[in-house]
Amino acid sequence: MSDVGDDVSQVPLLSVRDLGVVFPGGEDGDVPAVRGVAYDLAPGEVLGIVGESGSGKSVSSLAVMGLLPRNARVTGSVRLRGVELLGRPDGELARIRGNDIAMVFQDPLSALTPVYTVGDQIAETIRIHQRLAAGPATQRAVELLDSVGIPNAAQRAKAFPHEFSGGMRQRVMIAMAIANDPDVLIADEPTTALDVTIQAQVLELLETARQLTNAATVMITHDLGVVAGIADRVLVMYAGKAVEQGPVGPVYAAPRMPYTIGLLGSVPRLDRPGQTLTPISGSPPNVSRLEPGCPFASRCPVVLPVCREVEPELTPTAVGSAACHRADEIVDGSIDGVPVFPPPVLAQARGLVARTERPAVLEVREVTKRFDITRGAVMRRKVGSVSAVDGVSFDIREGEALGLVGESGSGKTTTIMEVLSLQAPAEGSIVVHGKDVAGLGRRERKELRRDIQVVFQDPLSSLDPRLPVGDIIDEPLRSFDVPRAERAARVGELLRLVGLAPEHANRYPADFSGGQRQRIGIARALALEPKLLVLDEPVSALDVSIQAGVLNLLEDLKVRLGLAYLFVAHDLSVVRHIADRVAVMYLGRLVEVGDADDIFERPTHPYTQALLSAVPIPDPVAERQRERILVRGDLPDPANLPSGCRFRSRCPLFVELEPGQQQRCAEEDPALVEHVPGLASACHFARERTVVPG
Amino acid sequence: MSAPADPLVVADDAAVSDHPGQKAPSAVVVRGRRSLVLRRFRRRRGAMVALGVLVLMFVGAFLGPVIYQAITGWTYSTQDYTAFLQPPSPDHWFGTTQIGQDVFAQTMRGLQKSLIIGLLVALISTGLAAVVGACAGYFGGWVDRALMWGVDLLLVIPSFLVVAIISPAFQSAGWLVLVFLIAIFAWMITARIVRGMTLSLKEREFVLAARYSGVSSAGIIFRHLIPNMSSLLIIDATIAVATAIIAETGLSYFGFGVQPPDVSLGNLIASGTRSAFTFPWLFLFAGGLLVATTLAVSVIGDALRDALDPASSRAGGTK
Ligand code: SF4
Ligand code: SF4
Repeated sequence: MSDVGDDVSQVPLLSVRDLGVVFPGGEDGDVPAVRGVAYDLAPGEVLGIVGESGSGKSVSSLAVMGLLPRNARVTGSVRLRGVELLGRPDGELARIRGNDIAMVFQDPLSALTPVYTVGDQIAETIRIHQRLAAGPATQRAVELLDSVGIPNAAQRAKAFPHEFSGGMRQRVMIAMAIANDPDVLIADEPTTALDVTIQAQVLELLETARQLTNAATVMITHDLGVVAGIADRVLVMYAGKAVEQGPVGPVYAAPRMPYTIGLLGSVPRLDRPGQTLTPISGSPPNVSRLEPGCPFASRCPVVLPVCREVEPELTPTAVGSAACHRADEIVDGSIDGVPVFPPPVLAQARGLVARTERPAVLEVREVTKRFDITRGAVMRRKVGSVSAVDGVSFDIREGEALGLVGESGSGKTTTIMEVLSLQAPAEGSIVVHGKDVAGLGRRERKELRRDIQVVFQDPLSSLDPRLPVGDIIDEPLRSFDVPRAERAARVGELLRLVGLAPEHANRYPADFSGGQRQRIGIARALALEPKLLVLDEPVSALDVSIQAGVLNLLEDLKVRLGLAYLFVAHDLSVVRHIADRVAVMYLGRLVEVGDADDIFERPTHPYTQALLSAVPIPDPVAERQRERILVRGDLPDPANLPSGCRFRSRCPLFVELEPGQQQRCAEEDPALVEHVPGLASACHFARERTVVPG
Repeated sequence: MSAPADPLVVADDAAVSDHPGQKAPSAVVVRGRRSLVLRRFRRRRGAMVALGVLVLMFVGAFLGPVIYQAITGWTYSTQDYTAFLQPPSPDHWFGTTQIGQDVFAQTMRGLQKSLIIGLLVALISTGLAAVVGACAGYFGGWVDRALMWGVDLLLVIPSFLVVAIISPAFQSAGWLVLVFLIAIFAWMITARIVRGMTLSLKEREFVLAARYSGVSSAGIIFRHLIPNMSSLLIIDATIAVATAIIAETGLSYFGFGVQPPDVSLGNLIASGTRSAFTFPWLFLFAGGLLVATTLAVSVIGDALRDALDPASSRAGGTK
């Protein structure tokens, strides 16, 4: 096929061969970021490239676009309709980009020019490539903005990029990308920075765009669920190499490469609550210092001596291709019936006393937190207030995990900060272990800290870089005047409890990987033997394969130590995995509260339903059969909420209602009441609906 | 890595520990920050040499004159009317001055003063800057406003003027007051920088984590905030040593602090520069000792900085 003389119809639209990228002069010498990627794309086809951070997935696509910095050495071949793109002068490439290949970036704000209106920017791209006059180009820009779902397109075209929300900006980016009817669309983590309901909107839009232009799409992501939903074929990258490739269905159903197996086994799934995650031990290798042999060898549970000597090539398997010496032996993720990644044994929950008979460790009653809005730079005056949290009530019983979920702007972080401060809230009450925090003196408040501890999201910033790990873990003990000898013994004990070794106490946080740092954070939180752990997005900063280990640890600790969790997360699959009860927040209010099984299996509030249906499931068959419930638009301005039900402006159920019913939504603020046994929801027309396939 | 016996030992990275879990747990000594930093510091040979030099200078400055007097009979205040402006000889190791003072005795006497002034000023001014800046940044509100008002006030007041005005009152109080006077006008800029760094540091989650573990505000400031600014503070203190030694000379013009017949390195250098080429011994020894002091301090500071900073590979591992 490399013969240029071939019949044009047989030449694939985009063909990448032996792509390699080396960045010279890193800290440890040259960085071979990409070490061999090859794929073909036909028109209309969607290829998903998955990999963890540092796997080279983004760099390989930037290389295809010719967007790498000058000092990068790119080798191999990239052909568009049989015409070689590598090694062309910048001018020509710029013409091809935008005309034939377009790209959607993760962060649209940095990809758009801040000083021009979005309408002008789109019109500009059209004029450069299509020789349209200014008038028609502007007209076309508005049409495009309209087609990607920007309301009031004619007016919004005159707005600047920063005046759009993240989701809307991504829409603008897509409008710009499809402006010239490209043949190939490359989307680099287009939804990573977005909330899950907005992610669903953008993915839907990308699908529409693909159908409109019949462009071949390359979807780069770390989310296996996203790939399962939209891709035809998948390419898994590890340490700069494609390690497995093939049609999505068979690869997900029967992966052949241990890394793929591990990756699939380590993501929590919405539709599999009880599953035990199989973490991949270790962390990805440093590509500048690769040992000979298979790059996955140090983490592979079925490694053979030959793996450490010869690097396996991507060889065809029954359905696709895999780079593993043992690919032929692996059937259904097992070798001779033994799973490649044996599920770890975790402590099993004992028969617990009924929920209502267990004492509450935390009771939050009608807590409200308002922030003043002020105007004027010189004379600050209060012009109003917005409530970040508005009358939130929940309780957590001993040994129970409550998942507090919601998108950004829902007020979940404000809620836990109110709880953690142990100060009386402006309105409402917080009761920890039977003690109302309002009546506490200084000493009692400190004493109460023993019972409630926190694990933060970012393991990098939550550990003092200048303190050795032992001192970090022992800090809470020190502040409660535990004698020195006892402290030292406890540090070793805690380190072992979280899966580290006591000798790690003498190292600094910088010596550890992200997952290990999060374990250190957990050890510190456990030092005082609290009853309740507040977990603020504890795994969202970690790569998938590392996440699983931390989640397993949390699950195990909960049972072994009888801990209660207040688990805050935006990732519902993670919540599904760990929570016993769930509270869903929207714009400062709880909209639905109940047992996790009830909420996930038969949610009654339209927002919960939309939220759940937006979470991608890493299973191509199930994912494609699901019905999506999309919420409309963006979060409204908290200072200017719709009347009646706060969710009205975006509610998918509202638009289906009779006018009389709609009026009720517009006039009456729904209270959080039990519509079905065990599920309280704040909707006048709450009804059960199954959105997660069982 | 083979499957660990305990299912929980699924450490993400076995590479961190060379042999995780192989030592008997009791053999593991949990060292605190202090001992770890000390170990890392001790491993720097240059720093140990510099520390030795500094100690030697102290010993020389305080014991030297006594021994010298026993051998040659000269002190810093006596004059040898038979030897004016003589180059170094067994009689006068560092030579003599225009009026027959013994340069060795004077230099050692000066070194006494200057070492103490330099180190004390550096300690006080940097310490003050760290505490004031960190408090202002951490507490914010009225504490911040009050402290920063004080800082700005001290910045705009011409320090020499103040010294000139109040010096009569302190004339007799001796040179230790001088230390405080130099220090009091040397810390403000650093305090402002420290405050700025504190503002960004306190947003980091480890400060929040410490607060939620019941650590007091003072604990947070001294355990977390200031150590995280140690690089800046150490550099600041290193520079302050030399600046203070020189500044003391300037203040002595006001008839303040170290007065004849007493001497300091600063005024030895000041009076020796004029004849640095014709009678080098008047200048060279005092100047050389000043350079040696600053050099030693900066090498020690450098090593301390590396020892405190875990990211520094030059200080080596923690074992
Ligand atoms: S080649 Fe060997 S080390 Fe690499 S994935 Fe296959 S079995 Fe594991
Ligand atoms: S009350 Fe009306 S608008 Fe609100 S969630 Fe229910 S149906 Fe939607």
